[in-house]
Amino acid sequence: MPIRESDDVVRVRQAVRVQAVAAGLGLVDQTKIVTAASELARNTLDYGLGGTVRIETFTGNPRRGVRLTFEDNGPGIPDLERALTDGYTTGGGLGLGLSGARRLCNEFEIESVVGQGTRITIARWK
Amino acid sequence: MDRIPILKLGRALLVSIQVDIHDRLAKALEEDLSERIVATGARGVMIDISGLEIVDSFMGRMLDNIAAVSRLLDADTVVVGMRPAVAITLVELGLSLTGVKTALNVERGMTLIGSGQYEEIEGDDAPGGGDERDEG
Ligand SMILES: Nc1ncnc2c1ncn2[C@@H]1O[C@H](COP(=O)(O)OP(=O)(O)O)[C@@H](O)[C@H]1O
Ligand SMILES: [Mg+2]
Repeated sequence: MPIRESDDVVRVRQAVRVQAVAAGLGLVDQTKIVTAASELARNTLDYGLGGTVRIETFTGNPRRGVRLTFEDNGPGIPDLERALTDGYTTGGGLGLGLSGARRLCNEFEIESVVGQGTRITIARWK
Repeated sequence: MDRIPILKLGRALLVSIQVDIHDRLAKALEEDLSERIVATGARGVMIDISGLEIVDSFMGRMLDNIAAVSRLLDADTVVVGMRPAVAITLVELGLSLTGVKTALNVERGMTLIGSGQYEEIEGDDAPGGGDERDEG
């Protein structure tokens, strides 16, 4: 689904919630993945100049959960390690979006190429 | 919805965030609240977030900002009704909201900000409103 305006961030939260419930995640796990999704969707909008998210559930053995892939064709992140440090922000935020999302998920992968864009995949399972 | 309503309860302002809101609306609330604190001379601000299914770093920062601004304007802020799953998630996110007072529910929140005057929910024209004025 598209992430182009701040209403889309709300829609992403709602869609992720629906899928997290469908995957059978408990309330705390739902809240964690929705919160992480909110952070990454906002980054996609504010820093990635807009992009998309793909939401997938997996119900296979032994795990059930939700996987999200955020993609944008924005400026990319020059120093990933720094961007993943608590408190680091170039936009006057709290600098907890990337680092916090990583803590809230079981899986966190980030690829970013300066001048081309950023792709982040996260998953939460039970 | 392009504004979140702010109610006056005695000497306090009450905001209840009942649905998931987007960032611009949250930002507008921050500005509206500081104006209303000054306009009403309110001594307390209570923000009910029992309707919020998540609080992320943006919303967390907004709550912190509101608390900081109202402190400068001589009003106490208390956030009430945070869901347990939200609290657990906030801490793991790395946000402990140390500048924000919290209470489990509205009643306890009112005690915390020292304004138990529910009968004045009518607001501006209610008797006993003292010297408060409200332009809103
Ligand atoms: N999709 C993205 N594209 C480009 N830069 C990004 C992206 N996501 C995050 N960043 C960079 O990483 C920094 C840290 O992000 P984050 O932890 O979410 O903190 P904040 O949003 O508060 O700045 C951002 O300030 C920005 O410089
Ligand atoms: Mg961010």
